[in-house]
Amino acid sequence: MTCQNKPKLLWLQSITCNGNTHSFLNHPELFFILSHFEVVHHPVLDSSYSMEDVIGGIVPCDVLIIEGSFQEEGFLKSGVEVSSIIKHYANKAKHIISVGTCATFGGIFKQKNPEAISGFCFNGEEKTERYSTHASKLISLPGCPMHPRWLSYVLLMISGKKDIPIDNLHRPVELYGYTVHTGCTRNEYFEWKIDTKTFGLKEGCLFYETGCRGPYTRGSCNKILWNDINSKTRAGTPCFGCTEPNYPQESFFRTKTNMGIPDKVPLGVSKRAYLTLTGVAKSFTIQRFTERLMEYDK
Amino acid sequence: MKAEKKKALKRESIIKAALQLFSVNGFHKTTIPDIAAKLQMSAGNVYNYFSSKDILAQEIIKYTSKALGEEIHKVNIMNVSAKEKIEKIVEIYFMMAKDRPEMIEYFLRVYLSNREVFHQGCEGMVCVSGFITEIMIFFDDSVSSGELRNQDFFSAFGLFMGYLGGMVFLNGEEVLPKPIEEYIHDISFNIYNALKA
Ligand code: SF4
Ligand code: SF4
Repeated sequence: MTCQNKPKLLWLQSITCNGNTHSFLNHPELFFILSHFEVVHHPVLDSSYSMEDVIGGIVPCDVLIIEGSFQEEGFLKSGVEVSSIIKHYANKAKHIISVGTCATFGGIFKQKNPEAISGFCFNGEEKTERYSTHASKLISLPGCPMHPRWLSYVLLMISGKKDIPIDNLHRPVELYGYTVHTGCTRNEYFEWKIDTKTFGLKEGCLFYETGCRGPYTRGSCNKILWNDINSKTRAGTPCFGCTEPNYPQESFFRTKTNMGIPDKVPLGVSKRAYLTLTGVAKSFTIQRFTERLMEYDK
Repeated sequence: MKAEKKKALKRESIIKAALQLFSVNGFHKTTIPDIAAKLQMSAGNVYNYFSSKDILAQEIIKYTSKALGEEIHKVNIMNVSAKEKIEKIVEIYFMMAKDRPEMIEYFLRVYLSNREVFHQGCEGMVCVSGFITEIMIFFDDSVSSGELRNQDFFSAFGLFMGYLGGMVFLNGEEVLPKPIEEYIHDISFNIYNALKA
């Protein structure tokens, strides 16, 4: 494929910490993925057009990647409203990918000014006024940051001209169809209600005592591992629910309970069913799960 | 009548008869032949339904817990305050103690006093989950609506049920000067004050 025929990829940043840019740089096949595109502009990689060209509005764009939260007015770069640049290229692009929770739902930066700051097409779960204009070409990749392989999946599907099935928040179903709880190595501990009270252990579930949000967080962190080897819950840290529209909530390490009963129960399970099951599960002592996997002291 | 339905009815009639006898005479003094005699059936036939006296005893606690749970479920889905729900739950419990005393007696005199019978197969909350789940739902709703104070489940549960169980026990011993239903209002008021936010 000649450079001219490749889709033109433009990566723009709004209010961001660069987390998604850095996450994607960690992709082991970064340059192979990008070889399917002509990178017309990227915040940290070599590209054919400068920031000045971008601001001038002259850069061609087929695939627009937006990183960072959106503010209609008052967020300027080089004296220009970033929102106007993004909107200009969003109109031109054939595909828009919002990478990270900030660009998708508002994320961390929304906390600074919840009235004015949001995602590009969503404000939390609500649609913004830009939604109707751009929805037909929008793919959402929430995550704080998004997983590099989630972006490579979308880019390769686009370059292969394949359809990407999405849910009502425009997240690819292949990546966000399950919860982080799916594939977690601690599932048996969850089933029998054996919780760990501390971080970093291999044994025990992190749901009750350390605030794991895996059962109600959509994402494939435990199916498509980070750095191909690990995930938060595998390392013994609770999932923070970073892919969800309501991220971040007040406390990462605490499960909100009412008289010891979790305020939220796993996605798609009724509270009555959950309580019946857990009441029964808690009644048994499963010898295997009360022991350490490896007795280091022996 | 279909054979299956007939069998289910027979099973329930055994549960009901056994419930009566166990709650009056206690677990150890009641035998399978006693239960069979009450139903005018053979002891062997009772064993066709329940393979041992222990298993029958476990099925009875499931049965009573389900019946009580279903009543509390009706309260849970009402659109009223936690305060009113407490009063309704107290009323259900006391009225059950009055109209179907064997249900509550069984819980107090058999289930709580013969723990060895309920060890295997009825561990922890396994057999009483029908009832406990509804109480949990009640607490959860009332804490999330801000009406009751967030605290450890068993502290609240013990306060609530211990109080009710105690009153029913005193009533059973005939030491309460007034009929039990006359205490519903005051007792609900006390429970609400102890649990409110
Ligand atoms: S640690 Fe979290 S994701 Fe894993 S089983 Fe427990 S609740 Fe589920
Ligand atoms: S495990 Fe949870 S907090 Fe961690 S990256 Fe995945 S979705 Fe985010």
